[in-house]
Amino acid sequence: MNFSWFQLVAIAPEIVLTIGACALFLFDLAIPKHEKDKLGYFAIGILAVAFYGSWKLAAVETEIFSGMFTLDPYATYFKMLVYLAGAITILLSMTYLEIEKIHLGEYYGFILLATAGMMVMVSAGDLIMIYLGLELLSISLYIMAGFKRHESRSVEASAKYLILGSFSSAILLYGISILYGIAGTTNLKGLGAFFAAGAVDNPGLLLSMSFLVVGFGFKVAAVPFHMWTPDVYEGSPTPVTAFMSVAPKAASFAVFLRVFAEALGGVKAHWQPILITLAVATMVLGNVVAIVQTNIKRMLAYSSIAHAGYALIGIIVGGGLGTMSLMLYLMIYALMNLGAFGVVIILRKGGMRGEDIADFTGLAKKNPVAAVIMLIFMFSLAGLPPTAGFVAKFYLFMGAVEAGLVWLAVVGVLLSAVSAYYYLRVVMVMYMREPGRDFDLATSPAASLALIVTTLAVLFIGLYPAPLIDATKAAILQVP
Amino acid sequence: MPDAGYPLLSIVVFAPLAGALAAMALRSAMAVKWLALGTTLITLVASIPLWIAFDRGTHAFQFVEEYAWIPTFNINYAVGVDGISLLLVLLTTFLSPIVVLCSWNSIDKRVKEFMMAVLLMETAMLGVFVALDFVLFYVFWEAMLIPMYLIIGVWGGANRIYAAIKFFLYTLAGSLLLLVAMIALYFAGGHTFSIPDLMGQPYPAAFQFWMFVAFFLAFAIKVPMFPFHTWLPDAHVEAPTAGSVILASVLLKMGGYGFVRFSLPMLPDASALFTPFVLALSVVAIIYGAYMALAQADLKKLIAYSSVSHMGFVTLGLFVFTVQGIEGAMLQMVNHGITTGALFLCVGILYDRTHSRLIADYGGLARTMPLYAAMLVIFSLSSLGLPGTNSFVGEFLVLLGAFITRPAYAVAASLGVILAAVYMLWMVQRVLFGEANPRNAGHPDLSLRELATVAPLVVAVFWIGLYPGPVLDVLHASVNHLIDQTRVGTGSQAALSWSDLLWSAVRAVLPS
Repeated sequence: MNFSWFQLVAIAPEIVLTIGACALFLFDLAIPKHEKDKLGYFAIGILAVAFYGSWKLAAVETEIFSGMFTLDPYATYFKMLVYLAGAITILLSMTYLEIEKIHLGEYYGFILLATAGMMVMVSAGDLIMIYLGLELLSISLYIMAGFKRHESRSVEASAKYLILGSFSSAILLYGISILYGIAGTTNLKGLGAFFAAGAVDNPGLLLSMSFLVVGFGFKVAAVPFHMWTPDVYEGSPTPVTAFMSVAPKAASFAVFLRVFAEALGGVKAHWQPILITLAVATMVLGNVVAIVQTNIKRMLAYSSIAHAGYALIGIIVGGGLGTMSLMLYLMIYALMNLGAFGVVIILRKGGMRGEDIADFTGLAKKNPVAAVIMLIFMFSLAGLPPTAGFVAKFYLFMGAVEAGLVWLAVVGVLLSAVSAYYYLRVVMVMYMREPGRDFDLATSPAASLALIVTTLAVLFIGLYPAPLIDATKAAILQVP
Repeated sequence: MPDAGYPLLSIVVFAPLAGALAAMALRSAMAVKWLALGTTLITLVASIPLWIAFDRGTHAFQFVEEYAWIPTFNINYAVGVDGISLLLVLLTTFLSPIVVLCSWNSIDKRVKEFMMAVLLMETAMLGVFVALDFVLFYVFWEAMLIPMYLIIGVWGGANRIYAAIKFFLYTLAGSLLLLVAMIALYFAGGHTFSIPDLMGQPYPAAFQFWMFVAFFLAFAIKVPMFPFHTWLPDAHVEAPTAGSVILASVLLKMGGYGFVRFSLPMLPDASALFTPFVLALSVVAIIYGAYMALAQADLKKLIAYSSVSHMGFVTLGLFVFTVQGIEGAMLQMVNHGITTGALFLCVGILYDRTHSRLIADYGGLARTMPLYAAMLVIFSLSSLGLPGTNSFVGEFLVLLGAFITRPAYAVAASLGVILAAVYMLWMVQRVLFGEANPRNAGHPDLSLRELATVAPLVVAVFWIGLYPGPVLDVLHASVNHLIDQTRVGTGSQAALSWSDLLWSAVRAVLPS
């Protein structure tokens, strides 16, 4: 293996983030308790530097470290997505952590470490690297989920996530090892070449693919591997939930697609039916169970499950349109879901938990701006024009129709109508019920900035999606 | 081909949106009301050049504007009008100031949000009628649900939340199938969403079959046709007056417009195939709606069911495939917008005074409110299709067109005209004449503002009733072209039997 400086340049953003995280852990000792905000801004600064680095590397397409690490526009696109999600999460976190009295510097460090993990995942050229990135991400998330360490729900979420997460990681690892047994390599391109060479008639293949599906299915919260989601989402600190529901999901989907399109593209006929079943089950269960939730975090958890079902359509379809629609979907979903959680976060103040849908009652009368922002996110999540949510769904369904899976698109749209019911309920209590109390929102300049950015983005993409579509199209994963 | 030299249609469509955005900056409710009224009046004035400069000799789309919107998928911002859409655009701009005026005093909470919702509705409705790109059409079509949901749900009556969600989910479920159908057409029609380009293409019969089913559900729910009408009485009864007027006058027209713009010219074979079903459902709607209207104790419910009946004439006229039928149907859409809108205004005027919509609470109003009584009589007579009023012309043309090709349906539909006379006149008798309810003694007659809301509609009733020529002139070229488009298909359809078609349609969706 020959070493060159270029290799270090290619992973400069990852290095910056890791060093930044370590620096944060150190600075935390020196920063007094009431000034922890500074650490948040420092973390955003680190993310900005990494963003700049990735921006400069956007056109680079290379493989380094013997094919372990791939730098391509596809990976860069997802890196941009996780920087954005990380920065918005930090903006939403500061006041919330203050109110919950858990404002510790480590929090920001773990966000950076999780981000670094996701970057390794999306850039991995080898199954081993994927596993490495996934673990770095997961361990950070296990800790963040239990950050409200005095609250039993949070600790329970953390423990549950840790146990189930480790279990799924083990299954994933088992799948990888079987695959290695069949093909003799864990390199994605090598696997791709192996399966493209000829039909593989090995019962172990189906087994290993199933294990991979289980492992990734757990990370993206696809039914029936979604059991952890509602409890973990509900128990975790809300900004962590917001972060968990978008960034790791996007990174896992990015890897999911890369593995199945690049390494297992040759045996698509074997895995496509599995994923179709999974997608339908995920859309149905997520949307139907979300209807009966009274806790908004649980409702958004099931909504996030349902959205994973839609995103799976992108992998099933594959090809140019499928990949593009998946990438578009994840970016838009990140923006609107972070925004929706953002409104939930600013509701948390004083004795108000702000986690029940009923807590939104009459918000439109007391704080019309917050209500209209929530309304936009709810309609966007439901996929109604002229919001970005419509754009996201539109191209997914377009992909399904192009691939001849019209019935899957029909199932998807009908369940979209179902989903409108529970999103509308939030709008209904905000606008059509009389407020029973005064709202004292935990607004801060940082949180407001995050909400303004996400709202404008959702509206802008909804009205004029061409720039984002072009950017996405330029970054499509190239499969030989 | 007329071209205003400036983006006329875009100005008309987006002027209300600009008004809604400007309203955000205002604080006083009175200022918002005047702004909304001003905006709708400006929009009305801006739309007049469309009527004047419209070239009545061609079926081509006029005042066309086209800009790339999402070039990667060949999606454009394309707008334009032909005779069919022009009338509906003008109907919308004509009614919007009236909608604002009629809510002047009756909406007393969250006035700003209400007026913004009304203005957003106007933009969305106009957009639906002028869009020449399917995606653009769909965006307006769905975007409209949001303000309408709020108008019913926030400012409506006691049971408003139920009515609003029912309205929303019903129409959303229908439209989402339209979305899939639209995408399928994109691939079948050569990767284009352009509405004119998607017309007149030789789509396979089985494909047309499924497309028609999806279109039909979307449009039939909107019309609404029997048996998809159940959301309508709830929505009408619970909506505030302005909401009922928007619903009845413009929103229902979108269903009919969908049939004329999409189903007939794009899917002529399937349209011909489904004709017996659509006609049967139309006739059922005409008679069933009328019977239900007969039984209602609530004024708004009565008018809502009369809407179901009157809209049955629209779908009947569209699917007899004759010039008279389709022109009659288009005219009937405009007439229904005018007359039913006016009737809802009349109910709203009463409701503002007494807070009751029950027929039994009234009686003898002709003595205390003579001017009001005159208006209600005029609109009721118009609604039952008295010669000299607008509805007579529309219904007469529809029946005439139907007699040419489908006499049996025409005879059955005529029954609806008779029933309309029964329920309308009976309603007028119970509300205006007979024993006066002492509770209603002190109520004043129409105020100047109220008169201003109904007077333009009276003019429209008699103008179309006595001299429909100018309105029909606008339609001729476009309707003749539409008839040609539907004839293109009939050749291949004749060879197809239902059983063949069903089988091939089923086979088309089965995995091979």
